[in-house]
Amino acid sequence: MNPVLAFATARRILTQLRHDPRTVVMLIIVPSLLMVLLRYVLNSPRLFSATAPALLGVFPFLIMFLITSVTTLRERTTATLERLMTLPIGRLDLLFGYALAFGGLAVVQVAVAAGVSVTWLGLDVRGSLWLLMLIAVLDALLGMALGLFVSAFARTEFQAIQFMPVFVLPQILLCGLFVARASMGWVLHWLSNVMPLSYAVEALGRVTTSSTVDITLVRDLLVVAGCALLALVLGAATLRRRTP
Amino acid sequence: MRNSAVSVDGLRVRRGGREVVSGVSFEIAAGAVTGLLGPSGCGKTTVMRSIVGVQIVAGGRVTVLGEPAGSPALRRKIGYATQDPAVYSDLTVTESLRYFAAILRAPSSDVDRVIASVGLETEAHKLIGALSGGEHSRANLAIALLGKPELLVLDEPTVGLDPVLRDSLWGLFRSLAAAGTTLLVSSHVMDEAARCDRLLLMRDGLLLTDDTPDGLRDRTGSADLEQAFLHLIREQEAARP
Repeated sequence: MNPVLAFATARRILTQLRHDPRTVVMLIIVPSLLMVLLRYVLNSPRLFSATAPALLGVFPFLIMFLITSVTTLRERTTATLERLMTLPIGRLDLLFGYALAFGGLAVVQVAVAAGVSVTWLGLDVRGSLWLLMLIAVLDALLGMALGLFVSAFARTEFQAIQFMPVFVLPQILLCGLFVARASMGWVLHWLSNVMPLSYAVEALGRVTTSSTVDITLVRDLLVVAGCALLALVLGAATLRRRTP
Repeated sequence: MRNSAVSVDGLRVRRGGREVVSGVSFEIAAGAVTGLLGPSGCGKTTVMRSIVGVQIVAGGRVTVLGEPAGSPALRRKIGYATQDPAVYSDLTVTESLRYFAAILRAPSSDVDRVIASVGLETEAHKLIGALSGGEHSRANLAIALLGKPELLVLDEPTVGLDPVLRDSLWGLFRSLAAAGTTLLVSSHVMDEAARCDRLLLMRDGLLLTDDTPDGLRDRTGSADLEQAFLHLIREQEAARP
């Protein structure tokens, strides 16, 4: 593990994005636009305050999953990954480079969406705004790590995008956003319990409704961080120096 | 052989359920240009990938600069350019090279040096994706030249280049070899064979011959290397039961 190489990789990825301003603008603005849309669809500050925190976690999770799976797949198919594997760079250097670049982007994305929600749309956050941001960024990293992992099982960009409904949508359906988790049948409740997004959404709900940091919140944070790290390690296992 | 940079012994590789390299053995002399020639699909790229250490092999031994192929210590000593350019097309030539130079811990002056050696000075700040095919493959070659590698493995580096450029790249390869670098260059054009110190001819996953261009001409009695290659193929086919 060499921080210099992780930073060089992060800089390379951000430079690639700099040449693609349309993607950057969409990344930063789209979640905020969706929050505005949500606010007027619900047409009630109370309902908005109940739903918005969960979506502040879901949007970065979803978007980072998509862009990482496509970017890494591109790296695999254009053989730049094979070239990197012949060079003195570790797999973790590469992965942490990705995490740094996309994590940084997620911070900006979440900050803009949370800023718009709090200052303009009337989202009421009782707890720490920093904690809210931290959870949302962890969600983004989780999405990134999962995206990286599943890119190993896709051969084309079409396939990579199809993994989104497989890996992401069930988590969104079961995370407590549409139906309270406690009222689900035992099979669905169990499924919901093993999906990391459920913990992220629970933590986001707690931060917005209460200013106390209790043991459940800490547990939720640890679960999300742990899952992100696990997915990153699984992702590292899919980067092979030798291929058939 | 003490001064061999690469030694391949009984290499076998299976891909997609069939053997694409079937027991190939040869040595590559240090500080020389060795040409790996043969029709496309004959196993050249697979042999090169095995030397670089990214190919899963089914058998045999590949030793590079005294270490087993794929050893971590070799990653700094080998420059490898794939046939399909492995470069970030959404970066400029300079940006892309800077990233690879950082990985190799090469000085930043190296970036300008390799850009000049492949003649991409005027394209240095253009996006790689906007370059022509030939410029694209030269950008790919430039990355392999970073950090003064001891061994250069170049897979079809001159495909699609105009004759003037091809000539200047071969001039570059010769001067690198003169400075002590070992080069393994693959090609399917026979007229490039004459510029190599030694030739490895492959066909259908087998090594047909390992000789100097002159040795090959003498042995087959044909002045033209293309004809010499044909001669060897007929000989091989006649020997088959």
